[in-house]
Amino acid sequence: MMVIAARLLGREMRLSFRHGADSLAVLLFFVLAASLFPLGIGPEPALLGKIAPGAIWIAALLAALLPLDRLFGADYEDGSLDQLLLQGLPPALLALIKALSHWLFAGLPLVVMAMPVALMLNLPRSALAPLELSLVLGSMTLSLLGTTGAALVIGARRGGVLLPLLVLPLATPVLIFGTAAAGAAQTGVATRPALLLLGAFLCLAVILCPLAAGAAAKAAAE
Amino acid sequence: MLEIRSIAAIRGDHLLFEDLSFTVAEGEAVALTGRNGAGKTTLLRMIAGLTPLASGAVLWAGADALADPSAHHARLAYLGHQDAVKPGLTVSENLRHWTGGVRASRDARIQAALEQVDLLDLADIPARMLSAGQKRRLAIGRLCLRQAALWLLDEPVTGLDTASIARFGAMIARHRAEGGMVIAATHQDLPMAEGRSVRLS
Repeated sequence: MMVIAARLLGREMRLSFRHGADSLAVLLFFVLAASLFPLGIGPEPALLGKIAPGAIWIAALLAALLPLDRLFGADYEDGSLDQLLLQGLPPALLALIKALSHWLFAGLPLVVMAMPVALMLNLPRSALAPLELSLVLGSMTLSLLGTTGAALVIGARRGGVLLPLLVLPLATPVLIFGTAAAGAAQTGVATRPALLLLGAFLCLAVILCPLAAGAAAKAAAE
Repeated sequence: MLEIRSIAAIRGDHLLFEDLSFTVAEGEAVALTGRNGAGKTTLLRMIAGLTPLASGAVLWAGADALADPSAHHARLAYLGHQDAVKPGLTVSENLRHWTGGVRASRDARIQAALEQVDLLDLADIPARMLSAGQKRRLAIGRLCLRQAALWLLDEPVTGLDTASIARFGAMIARHRAEGGMVIAATHQDLPMAEGRSVRLS
């Protein structure tokens, strides 16, 4: 079973590499969305530093939604989803691998890209490490939640529009504690509680989301 | 032996068929016929375990086949009416993800499969360059990758030219000679020697 899972991950990664422009689009969207904040709010360094965690988190959250539409959609439309389900792999494991590939090609690049963007938005040095940590934990949770949303809208006529409506409300706790971690560092409060809560969300999501997403993908193939 | 025992299919609140029973023995081929919308695809998907049965049972060697999905999926190969071909991957890469094993034996198996469907010359071009019929042949090539005992084919020869249909007929004959079973939904005459047919109505 692990052999099939590894092969499937290899497939997902090869497909993502071939469509490298998708990952690039996520990053460009992230940078563009984050640079709208100084334009809209004004370039005052102190103010920018204060809103930087929130701005980065919101931009990252929205950017991570972009590739979700195709996560299952492409496989559903060309008949690959049937073949994936007939590989002898539990649907939950299939969903977990989809989430992992989403994180590798959207979440992880966003975590890296957040560093120059944090510099651009004048985030205090001391808050950078907590922000990055919160992004690592939070983006994994987002990938799992997003995979669940993507599985639920398989075959829906306007799935791409429906997806953010499903995922964004579920993602609010991640956003709240993600920005809280970096915000706490700025005000000198302990960042640990917020990061621990993000870790707890991740633990919950890694168990529940694949089960829900797997069941949804299986139901969609009926 | 595969036994379909008294199964029924419901789509929405519409009964497609009920009390359908037939058996497929080793080396046997069954053609499913019936008008459009009679439930041929649904029946194939039910046998594959993709669609739940409304009633009845699918038995493999006397035991409930769908009770252990992994084991059931390992012994069947399903060719849907979509090709499941990824345009961004090359022809051989498209097959690579459906077969395991060490590199040498895997590559040999892919080469053999491509040879069977006459795509060996195109092995390294992106699948988006293939014509509809060639994509269909690539999907058929996936059947030969695994030693699946049961082939479930949904309109397998759509878009194929006569030479390819004849080659596909030879593939089916070889599969049956090795004790394989075939269930195919079709409107056209399939190149299957002495096959039975089950009519859905």
